[in-house]
Amino acid sequence: MSQDGAKVRQMMNPARRVELTITSDASSLQVVRAALKRTAELQGFSPDEAHDVALALDEALANVIKHGYGGPCNMPIHITFEGVDHDDGRPGLRLTVRDHGRQVDPCTIRGRNLDDVRPGGLGVHIMRTVMDEIEWSCPTDGGMLLRMEKYRKAPQPHAAAPPGGGRNS
Amino acid sequence: MTLKPCPVVKEIRETPEAIVVVLTGEIDLHQSPGLHAALVDVAARRPRRLVLNMTEVGYMDSSGVGTLVELLRRVNSYKGKLALVNLSQRVRGVFEITKLDKFFQIHASEEQAVQA
Repeated sequence: MSQDGAKVRQMMNPARRVELTITSDASSLQVVRAALKRTAELQGFSPDEAHDVALALDEALANVIKHGYGGPCNMPIHITFEGVDHDDGRPGLRLTVRDHGRQVDPCTIRGRNLDDVRPGGLGVHIMRTVMDEIEWSCPTDGGMLLRMEKYRKAPQPHAAAPPGGGRNS
Repeated sequence: MTLKPCPVVKEIRETPEAIVVVLTGEIDLHQSPGLHAALVDVAARRPRRLVLNMTEVGYMDSSGVGTLVELLRRVNSYKGKLALVNLSQRVRGVFEITKLDKFFQIHASEEQAVQA
């Protein structure tokens, strides 16, 4: 849940909560992406939006595998995705990633300067770009918890019904 | 040429003008190390032009982009040319988000890439 308390959300459909536990093995990433894309499409996201959400989760999991656990491929990563409503009514998805790896100060997690053309360090920038909300925290029992949210785009103006339903009554 | 097995490398063709590497599938953290090794092998031959045909690449994350940045550095170091061909909008989007699209030559076809 957002720390600022400005937005009140609720699960749209508890049946659409998906929980996955994978090991820190990159061969699992393709399966997780496929599951999330399908969930996002069921939630009404376009294929392009579903791709973006899957990309963000992929980058988050890659960071856990590379930096959180740093090598072993048998460590647990817990993933959830569930439908939520924005306070403006738009449906969305909330994703969480829970690991038990190295803790880092959330304030230090930021994308690098993109003017520096080199490999690495791009994942956080991608996640922040494609998601609407993103927040890391350090649970007291160790590891990291990441929460990300993405909401469907608002309907285009031409799709809105005219005042009075368009009838001259 | 002896190449390490890499599922996302479909084909490697050598022409008088270039070496063309045809990539396929989804390039993520699982596939990137193998792709990196395969492309390092190709770059070691110092082709004047190295063309990556990405028509069949449906997905690429930052590890894949990072692999291509590393390849670009290698090819630039011997003053060769690296060109990417036929990126899908989603793959191209990852380059745009990371603002790396301006550092790569991106073409619509192999013919254009070879002649550029």
